[in-house]
Order: sequence, then C-alpha cells, then structure tokens
Amino acid sequence: MNSPSLVSILAVSVMLSACSDNDQASVKYGPEPTLPEQQRGLLPNMTIAEPALWGDQLPTVPQNYRITAIATDLKIPRQTLLLPNGDILVAEGRGGNASKLKPKDVIAGYIKAQGNTSVKGGNRLTLLRDSDNDGTYEEQVVFAEDLNAPYGLALVGNKLYVANQDALVRFDYQEGQTRASGPPVKVTDLPSEINHHWTKPLAASTDGRYLYVGIGSNSNITERGMEAEVDRAMIWQIDAETGAHKPYATGVRNPTALTIQPGTNRLWAVANERDELGQDLVPDYLTSVREGGFYGWPYSYWGQNVDPRVRPQNPAKVAEAIAPDYALGAHVAALGVDFSSESMGVDFADGVFVGEHGSWNRKDPVGYKVVFVPFSNGRPSGEPVDFVSGFRGEDGKTRGRPVGVTVDPRGALIIADDLSNTVWRVTPTQ
Amino acid sequence: MTATVDRPYQLTLHPIHAVFLAGTIPLFLGAALSDIAYAYSYQIQWSNFSSWLIAGGLVFAGLAIVAALLGLTHAEGRGRRGGIYLALLLATWVLGFINALVHAKDAWAMMPMGLILSVIVTVLACAATGVRFSGRRVGGAQ
Repeated sequence: MNSPSLVSILAVSVMLSACSDNDQASVKYGPEPTLPEQQRGLLPNMTIAEPALWGDQLPTVPQNYRITAIATDLKIPRQTLLLPNGDILVAEGRGGNASKLKPKDVIAGYIKAQGNTSVKGGNRLTLLRDSDNDGTYEEQVVFAEDLNAPYGLALVGNKLYVANQDALVRFDYQEGQTRASGPPVKVTDLPSEINHHWTKPLAASTDGRYLYVGIGSNSNITERGMEAEVDRAMIWQIDAETGAHKPYATGVRNPTALTIQPGTNRLWAVANERDELGQDLVPDYLTSVREGGFYGWPYSYWGQNVDPRVRPQNPAKVAEAIAPDYALGAHVAALGVDFSSESMGVDFADGVFVGEHGSWNRKDPVGYKVVFVPFSNGRPSGEPVDFVSGFRGEDGKTRGRPVGVTVDPRGALIIADDLSNTVWRVTPTQ
Repeated sequence: MTATVDRPYQLTLHPIHAVFLAGTIPLFLGAALSDIAYAYSYQIQWSNFSSWLIAGGLVFAGLAIVAALLGLTHAEGRGRRGGIYLALLLATWVLGFINALVHAKDAWAMMPMGLILSVIVTVLACAATGVRFSGRRVGGAQ
C-alpha cells in the first residue's frame, strides 16, 4: 500500500468538493458568458425541488399583469399550441425508456423522481376553449389520445402535426373541431431508441414546407456510448409532404423548444447543455439555428471549449463548433420558447419568453420561472427579465415547473406547468 | 497397535466469513481489469461492468468486515494479525467506496483516478485476504 498517494487522493477529493466559485463579476447571461473552470467533486451537487400544492397562492407576475389557471388536473402538460380560433391544444405525456446502466442511475433516478409529478403521463392532447372570450376556458376536452409522449405541436393550414417521442404524426384539422376525426397518419419515424432525452420539439417553417424537430442526445456526455448517439443531439428538417429528412443543425445537446422568428422566418431554439462540469457550467442557451451549424456536443461547449470526458476526442469537430447566441444561465433547464408580440404590452413586446423548468443539479436552485429576453433589431439585446416567478417559494418548496410557453396573439402568454399539472395564462390588465 | 494422534480441528475462519472475504478479490480485481479494458478501448460498457463489480466488492467486503468484527469477540480473531486484517479490510472498503463515487462520474471523467483506485483497492483486498488466511494454520500454533 502506497500511503502518500492515498493521502494525496483524499486531499484532492476534499479540495474538489470544497472549492466553489464565488466570482461576483461572472457574466451569466448573454452572448459572452463567463465560463468558469470545470469542476466536479466526489458527489455531484443536487438540490431537488420539494413539491407542494399552490393552495391560494399564485405565481408572481409583473405589475399590470394578471395570472390565472385556465386548466388543472392535466396529465403532465408540456407544450401548448394556439389554434386560429383561440382554442389551446395541450400535449401531455412522459417519455423515455432509458435503462439504468450503473448503480448511479438507480440512485439518481430515485432522487430526481422526488422533484417531479407522480401523475402518469396522459399520452394525449387536451383542447381548451373559451367560447365567450372572458378569459375562462370553460371547455376542457380530450382532442386525441393513445399518442406516445406527444411534445411538439404545429399547425400548417388544415394539418395538425404532433411530434411523439418516436414519430412525427399528422391529424387533419378543421377550425372549431374539438375531437380529432380519426387516428393520426405517420409522417416519419423519429430516433427513439433509449430516448434518454425524449422530448421532440417541433416548429413549422412559415411557408409550411418544412418541419423542424429537435432530437436530444442519448446521454449527458456519451456515457451510454458513442453508438447510442447516432442521429441524436441535432435538429432535423423534415419535408412536410414526403417525410424526407436531413440534419439541419447538429451538436445541439438537447434542443427542447423551437420557434420561428416572425419577420425573419429564422429558426430559433432553446437547448439544455451538459451537466457535471460545475454549478455555473455549461450555460443553457437560446440561439438562432444556423443551417449546417455544429454546436459542439459532445466534443466541446460554447464554441470550442473542449469537454475532456469524451473519448475518443475529435479536434476536427471542435474546430468547426460554433457558439450559440445567448446564454440563459447554467442548469436553468429552458424547455419553452416563443416570440412575443405587441399585444403583450410595451415592456414585453419585442423579445422572447423562455420557460425554465429549473435545476436539480445545483446547490442554489435556478430557473423555476418564465423569463423575457428583450430583443432589438431581431437579436437579443439585454439581460433576461423575470416575467413569471414564484414557482419556487421563499420556503424552498416548489409549486410548479414551467415548460412550454406560447404567445396568444390576442394578448396572453400560455404556460404549461408539469409539476402542478396546470396551464397558466398571463394577460396584461390594461 | 496403531497410535492415533488426535489433533483438535480448528477452523481458520468461519466458512461464511471465508466466502465473503474470498469474494472481495475477484470482484475488485474484475473492476480493475474492466477499467484497463475501458482505458484501452473507450468502450463504455467496460466502465459499466466495473461500476457494478465495485458495488459487489463493497457488499462482500462490508459483510466480511461485519464477520471480522463478530470474530474479534471470539478467540480466533484476536491478536495483532486480527487487527491488521481488520484495518486492511476497512481501508479496502473506504477506498472502494470512494472509487464507486469516482466511477459514477460520466464517461472518461472517472479516469485516471478510477483506474488508480481500482488497482489500489485490489492490492488492499489481496493483502487483507492474505493476512487473514495465513493467520492460523490447522492445528498449528503461530
């Protein structure tokens, strides 16, 4: 037994777990975030949301805004879609079938489940209707069921597209319909083996010719093997007619929501970056998506910062990696994005709303809110502003976790909350 | 006339204790070999194997520690050798546990510390086993 090396191992471990970054000058948001040193102690940092009921409480919104719950008792609402007549479709479900490979997966799976709803996913679409336009959605009906963890939704003309966790499917839709007329038609299969990151966000190009589907990686950082990452961590462009598809952008670890920018017709995404490199690494991001762009995963992050955990490494891929546009902060878990409109009020007219599900892998939790990223001239132009907060209370209890955000052009923000199984609606009061 | 020498049969180790102790070497050794295979092949499955082998090694070593502590209250486990044995076994377990945490890091992040620890833990398991099994001989006195 070689005791000096033992002592040094222990010393290094203690140092690793003891060091923490208290750098006040660090930039968390925007195009050039501070990227601290990579750091991982013996135990990863975890703080799990302790769920609690809302009771009489409501999420916090800015002055001159009002928030109401327009649907409750849903079965894990994720993303929502505004239909032309003002109806709201809600995709409900929980996916993923990743097997537990290591003792760690068994333990971490149990711990993370404590911070999520215990409700079983609905695998359905629910339609919400406010017939008399009073802001109360008195009708709540099942539009379609027997889907497979539906997530992304898009309407093109009279075709309603739904991204299940394993396939992109299509319903025929007539305005005013409250129930799908039949089972959906498959447009194309989507990569679904393992489905570590199972959510399949969806956006349609303005002309309706192409559909964009985000496909998350099959691991945090290749710990399920490189073979599992074929056709993962990318955004597909799919021909809506034929189902033919190609990678539109790659190296995006977990693109969780996609949207098209009005005016420019550019595709934007929010994506969740890798874990276990430290509390302030790696920032989740908002970015316009460059066709053919490689965004680094798994070989590097935020451009060309090499991730040493990936073997074999690939310097050629690192060299071509591009940095995203805008850091949202590490571990906020951005799961929703939508562009605002004039109808949301002057302070929130130009920019995007981002739904942040909230961290589980950080000592001081972050996220658990909906932020507004102001834009000018079509680009992000300032720090994110809290738009809806209070999902995690002062008491440390978590009452909701925002996912999808959708702007109702009539002047409302629709937020799906997959912890309290509620859909929230925020409206300006003036 | 035949003279029989009647030597009292003395267990070196309780059979259950022996099984727990004997299990530690192959499990920790297997983990070290899997780590080496991962280091050479980058095939992640080897690191999965090694994580489970370490978990198994901790169970066996843990039970052997319990057996040793029980044994200490009996005559058979006392003495300097008994103490060294227990110390080695405890060191095996503690470093084995740290090694399990190191192996819980994703992909290559467990290297090289995981491999180094696996080798050290294997050597410690061998030493503990060697000390204990050579501690007393049947019918013999030290």
